[in-house]
Amino acid sequence: MLTLNGKALAWGGSAERTLWKLTSNPALPVVLREKMAFLQRGNGPLPQGFGAYILPPEQQGIPPCAHWLHLPPDFAYLAEGDIISVNAGRIRTLWRQNSPHNAVLLTERCDNNCVMCSQPPKNIEDHWLVAEAMDLVRMIPPSAPVLGFTGGEPALLGQRLIDLLALTRARLPTTAVHLLSNGRGFADPAFSDAYAAIQHPDLMVGIPLYAADPAQHDYIVQARGAFDQTVRGILALKERGQRVEVRVVLHRQTIEGLPALAQFIARNLQFIDQVALMGLEVTGFARANLDQVWIDPADYRPTLENAVALLRDYQVPVRIYNHPLCLLGEMAAQYSVKSISDWKNEYVAECAACTRRQDCGGFFSSGARYRYSPSLRPFL
Amino acid sequence: MTRFLPAEDYLPSGRYELLPFRFERLDDERVLLSNMAGEALTVSSADLTTLVNGDLDRSGALFSRLRANHFLRQPEDRAALELLALKLRTRYARLRDFTSLHLFVVTLRCDHACRYCQVSRQSADRASFDMSRETADRAIDLLFRSPNQALKVEFQGGEPLLNFDLIRYVVLSITERNRQHKRDIQFVITTTLSLISDDTLAFCREHRIFLSASLDGPEDLHNANRPRPGADSHARFVAGLEKARDVLGPEAVSALMTTTAASLQRGPGIVDEYLRLGFHGIFLRHLSPYGFALKTQSYQGYDTARWLEFYEETLTYIIDLNRSGVRFTEQHAAIILRKMFSCHDPGYVDLMNPSGAGIAAIVFNYDGGVFASDESRMLMEMGDDTFRLGSVHEHGYDEIFSAPALLSALEDSFTLSAPMCADCACEPWCGADPVYHHARHGDPLGRKAESGFCQRMKGMTRIFVKAMEDPFVAALFRRWALSC
Ligand code: SF4
Ligand code: SF4
Ligand code: SF4
Repeated sequence: MLTLNGKALAWGGSAERTLWKLTSNPALPVVLREKMAFLQRGNGPLPQGFGAYILPPEQQGIPPCAHWLHLPPDFAYLAEGDIISVNAGRIRTLWRQNSPHNAVLLTERCDNNCVMCSQPPKNIEDHWLVAEAMDLVRMIPPSAPVLGFTGGEPALLGQRLIDLLALTRARLPTTAVHLLSNGRGFADPAFSDAYAAIQHPDLMVGIPLYAADPAQHDYIVQARGAFDQTVRGILALKERGQRVEVRVVLHRQTIEGLPALAQFIARNLQFIDQVALMGLEVTGFARANLDQVWIDPADYRPTLENAVALLRDYQVPVRIYNHPLCLLGEMAAQYSVKSISDWKNEYVAECAACTRRQDCGGFFSSGARYRYSPSLRPFL
Repeated sequence: MTRFLPAEDYLPSGRYELLPFRFERLDDERVLLSNMAGEALTVSSADLTTLVNGDLDRSGALFSRLRANHFLRQPEDRAALELLALKLRTRYARLRDFTSLHLFVVTLRCDHACRYCQVSRQSADRASFDMSRETADRAIDLLFRSPNQALKVEFQGGEPLLNFDLIRYVVLSITERNRQHKRDIQFVITTTLSLISDDTLAFCREHRIFLSASLDGPEDLHNANRPRPGADSHARFVAGLEKARDVLGPEAVSALMTTTAASLQRGPGIVDEYLRLGFHGIFLRHLSPYGFALKTQSYQGYDTARWLEFYEETLTYIIDLNRSGVRFTEQHAAIILRKMFSCHDPGYVDLMNPSGAGIAAIVFNYDGGVFASDESRMLMEMGDDTFRLGSVHEHGYDEIFSAPALLSALEDSFTLSAPMCADCACEPWCGADPVYHHARHGDPLGRKAESGFCQRMKGMTRIFVKAMEDPFVAALFRRWALSC
């Protein structure tokens, strides 16, 4: 599991939050150095003129500039082109140049409070996050293939989210953008109008829907009326020609209603672009409520198989993410995608001999640590 | 640490509202419910009473099912209304496209003398019974007036291959004119295949023409139903089929069967014959009460109840084939099931509301007479010209499609205002058939309590609902429905 947030072992310079793009190229033309941070690999001499210096702890000598920090060992993965935010010695990795799974947190606030939320909402003033995201978008190379935005609930940012997406469209015209939202904000026609008006060529919003029964969905997200708003949000988006993915996290509270939900989607939302069925990430509230939400995937195999068959019959595109392959039925396995963000994706001892690890969605590392199915059956 | 509220706290309170739904008693215990979008549920009679009295338990599974499937809502459920409206719009979306199917009766002459045939003539008199080029030209003018982007042109007879020159002429001139119109056009010839030749097939291949053929079952049954000189209808069908597949490919020929009194005992044998000849499905069709069939009383050979028995037995046989791993579809079921499983209308002219006659389909008879449906021109052959909407030689597009005969028949038979239909749980899957009811009851609405059409629809629905209690059948029917 990659550490994305941490503290410098030692640091010097301004305490103001700054975003730095890293390079280890000592031959970079001097005119380009000022805006870059030099990522020192070994213990050699430091080139002059960089805006900041990111140094291994054992680095000797005084850096040739005021801005510097000693990197803790768990950030050793940082590499050429990565972008970090530094704020009085606090380091946050915002962009990993070689990862296909960059997700930018836009807010920690949310109007849902899902029983298995992996990113428990905090009711705090965090508008600086979206400001930082704007800066980040200006630094990401336009060649980036994909970029994700997550929360919390990004739609709570209102016009700020619209501005960010418009900026992203302008700065990164060929980058596919994936936004995660609970969809409720889009029930407001003015907001979905503004969203559609961005006319982003490759933008998809992933919206969770957990049950066909409004009461059950509202319970899972701990918000009365959420189902109604979310569904109306999805309709408003599709009415405006926007791409929508419906996301279902598989856990004890969603499994029983899964066939009804698949049916609801097939009959009412057949026009959505994709259904993503996702394994549970055992972190945040999911960990706190583990007994309420945990279910061994081996126990829901036939239920999942039926739901996938139904969606397939209705020609609703379906994908399964973050799910151990050996716990899927034959048909569901055909829709499994190896997809977990690289720093979250881990395997356990049982998997060591498995011949299909390359195709397996695996689990979140939190699962590997806190709870995973006792029924894993490696392919041999 | 955040506190989480238990599920009970999210159950609705206050009165729920019923959304429009209809019901049909299946037996003493159970009732079939269908909502406006044609979504169905089976509940107990007692539950139905509790539901309409407003006493349903909010924490029960039934309340949750009914709410999720739009049979009821809480006053605050706005999405339910939006979704229901959307589904209803989808159900009727086809209306906007107007006429797709255009039938050209290119000749009444035929080499067969089928017992149930309504219209054919054994005659060498081309002048009296063949469509002329002038007539065809006028019909093509009307065809291109249709606003529909997807047009289906079907050649009918008699045996249309007896006037293949005209088919060739029509295909070529439509293709030529379509260079400007750029419609999506599909051609079909309805034929017994007895007269198919290499030339015909080469032309079909060039213009991607499909063949819709007739096969009533095993050789003896087929030949008994379909007499022709030499008593070789079946043999010619088989030879023609193979030849056509050699040139046009395995799926270019479909087959239709008609159930006669002689078929009733032989459902599985008929299916086997289709299977043996490489078909993946069959359309189990009842006799229509028109033309010679009505006149000669061979229609009386069986009633609807008997046909339903035959249908259920044969359908069960087909289901068992699938159970044993053979994929085979009953297409009549597939069409009705499609309406039960989705809001996308399959466009089957006989089961549409408003009636498909004259809207979804139109018939150009050999002499230029324009009819609302194939059955309408058969009535005409019996001397009843009620559904003759005009003539391509005398009337323009507007006159034909606003003919009082058409408009009043459509309006009078409209199921949502028809007695019985308006309250019928099968309505979303059924349709209006003004021509049938006119023929049987003397008016386009008919008396549904006595109508064979109605009895068949209700009977088939019951058969489907019962069969789907078996999860294998439910999954099979869903596949049929969604791939038809
Ligand atoms: S909607 Fe997302 S961020 Fe909000 S509580 Fe639910 S899982 Fe967490
Ligand atoms: S055993 Fe194989 S299939 Fe199962 S979770 Fe491990 S890697 Fe995936
Ligand atoms: S014809 Fe019969 S089955 Fe069809 S809608 Fe009318 S009453 Fe119902």
